[in-house]
Amino acid sequence: MTITAVEAAASRPAMLVKEKIERVIGILLLVGLTLWLIWNFTTAPVQFVNVGLAGLRLGAIYALIALGYTLVYGIIELINFAHGDLFMLGTVFSSIFLVKLFHAGTGSPLDWLLMVITMVIAMVLCAGLNVTAEYFAYRRLRKAPKLAPLITAVGISFIFQWLGMRLNGSAQLNWPMVIPKGGLTFGEITLDYSTIVVISVTIPLLLILSYIVQSTRQGKAMRATAQDQDAARLMGINVNRTISFTFGLGGAMAGAAGLLFLETFGSTRFDLGFQLGLIAFTAAVLGGIGNLQGAVLGGFIIGLIQAFNDGLPYGFGQRWSQSVVFAILILVMVFKPEGILGKRTIEKV
Amino acid sequence: MSLDTPKLTESEPIRSDLSQSHTKRWALWFSGIALVVWLFYTFVLPLLGEQAGTFIRHWMPLGSINEALVWVICAIGLNIVVGYAGLLDLGFVAFWAIGGYIAAWLMSTFFDQISHGIYFLSAAPPNQHGIHINWWLVLIISGCVCAFAGIVIGAPTLRLKSDYLALVTLGFGEIIPQFFVNGENIFGFNLTNGVKGISPLDNVSPLPFGPPAVSLGGATIPISQPLGPFDVGAKYVLFVLVAAFCIFVSLRLREGRLGRAWLAIREDELAASMMGVPLMQSKLAAYAVGAFMGGLGGVVYAVHNNSVFPDRFSFAISIVLLAMVVLGGMGNVWGVIVGALGLAWFNSTGLPQLGDSFNEQFGTDINFPSYNYLVFGSILVLMMLFRREGIFPEARTRQVLREAERSDAEELDGGEV
Repeated sequence: MTITAVEAAASRPAMLVKEKIERVIGILLLVGLTLWLIWNFTTAPVQFVNVGLAGLRLGAIYALIALGYTLVYGIIELINFAHGDLFMLGTVFSSIFLVKLFHAGTGSPLDWLLMVITMVIAMVLCAGLNVTAEYFAYRRLRKAPKLAPLITAVGISFIFQWLGMRLNGSAQLNWPMVIPKGGLTFGEITLDYSTIVVISVTIPLLLILSYIVQSTRQGKAMRATAQDQDAARLMGINVNRTISFTFGLGGAMAGAAGLLFLETFGSTRFDLGFQLGLIAFTAAVLGGIGNLQGAVLGGFIIGLIQAFNDGLPYGFGQRWSQSVVFAILILVMVFKPEGILGKRTIEKV
Repeated sequence: MSLDTPKLTESEPIRSDLSQSHTKRWALWFSGIALVVWLFYTFVLPLLGEQAGTFIRHWMPLGSINEALVWVICAIGLNIVVGYAGLLDLGFVAFWAIGGYIAAWLMSTFFDQISHGIYFLSAAPPNQHGIHINWWLVLIISGCVCAFAGIVIGAPTLRLKSDYLALVTLGFGEIIPQFFVNGENIFGFNLTNGVKGISPLDNVSPLPFGPPAVSLGGATIPISQPLGPFDVGAKYVLFVLVAAFCIFVSLRLREGRLGRAWLAIREDELAASMMGVPLMQSKLAAYAVGAFMGGLGGVVYAVHNNSVFPDRFSFAISIVLLAMVVLGGMGNVWGVIVGALGLAWFNSTGLPQLGDSFNEQFGTDINFPSYNYLVFGSILVLMMLFRREGIFPEARTRQVLREAERSDAEELDGGEV
């Protein structure tokens, strides 16, 4: 019983009224967003550009975290709930190494080197933690009903938060930063130094990641495992090692994001990961979960939206920024669950 | 095969009779234990010596039992969503918060725009601002509002796959408390009083009419007089009644058509829909009933604390509730109750007290309550790894959770037919 493409196209059922209404509402929402942006741009163009640059900086950090979600989801269809807290541990590790051990932040040129070393350390530690969690918990639950690994991930997120509380204390800590305050000014527009650093660290990382996934043997194994674990095993791929490697990659991205966050905002908090993790997850969903380019795109979009909401004259302001992001999450889930770049998949039976 | 069929139909009514008497027996047990606890705290505790009294007040104060009952009510509600219908809800705290704020709005002097006050069978002193409604009514109102909120939240999201659903509910669980934090200025109107919260609430009375109190064997039992903040014994009775209602409802629903539909959905959604189970309706019903109980829990919590503060409604509550349901045994009401009582006691009294004793004994200075994140996280992880069905599992749940997923090869076979 095969159906040819022509037949399938001819027999495609007409759009239901409900779907039509949904599509109209979705388009209206997008038009409203565009009008809101134009209105803001015309009333305060300079502020718009400045806020937009801050949004790009935030978006780069979100993109790095979102990649961790999307990599893991892409390969074993698990929403790694603990990933946000892994990022939080990344900020805490960075602060401990950079300030407490290396005493950076005094303004000497050596600081930049120390910052790079710290970033590598944070990446390695976060990757190691993620791989450990996978080895001890998720691996045993791979064949279990979906509820089980999800609840496990929630539990691991709590354990990570406890670890963060041990290392960082229960209050917010402020740290001296390596990147100097201020930035390059072009007329009224300021390009912060931190923005330059964040973007110039993020882009190479994204290129390296994309190289690993697209062009190496290990990347090929990852893609094969994501498609079909049994078939990949039959082709001689070590599935367990490949999944561990994927968790490691995601963790490394979270570690890098942790250092960049510390250098941008200069503070660490043990419950940071929960909020930022959710925002980054929203970014991953918005771009199409499981899709690497989508995660990056979603990260930048969410970063911009949050910055616009916080900083523009007609935004809701910072105190509502989380609500705005979660509202986006819910709207995306309802109107376009496959995301911007994702493909609509039919749930396997 | 054909020989077996009559047997099955014969045994069916017998089985359901058995399970009914089973629930009745449990109801007796529940009321018995609740009564014994009440009698103990009302009559026996004052008779015990100074030392024993202090020991019990430290290790098992009635106030912490009351708080544990709030957790029980909400955990039973969450059990309907997670345990019965198999929908992971990580934002249950939203209903708790809505219920709490409805209690605060309808039972306090908060709305001072209403200068003469609206009274309805309330025990609050007359001629105050705001709305004062009898708390039994507030329970019903709050439950209904939360059930409606549950449907509103559920309707657009229930089409999603289960793991997405968890995240969307989580989003709601974050937005709603944030709304209460920021709600001091909704277009210039102070709706929630922001982080300052709403306090105090009206003192509730067990009944709106009757004699103020009766004296029984040396103890006064309030009937229609307002309960003060230290009247924990009377509040205990009220909370037990609410909890008993929730237990009754969830046990009866489980036996009925709707309950069986939920279990069918939990075990295999596709098969259930093929058998004619209306998926959306049943799932929405699970959400509504669960949210109703969340609303009851919110009101009870507000009455217990005599106040509502938005920062109490944190994400941790949703997770602790989930841990209670998972620990006790998903789907098994009695297991969930034991899990809720145990974890609530452990969280509020057990861990600090154990820590104090440990520190005293060994001369250490360890901050034990700071380990609760580790404890709850480990409970979730270890239970999922080694005993997914919980400590007191139902036979049925154990089978489902222990069953390995169909392998891809089987899937391929099915696809080629």
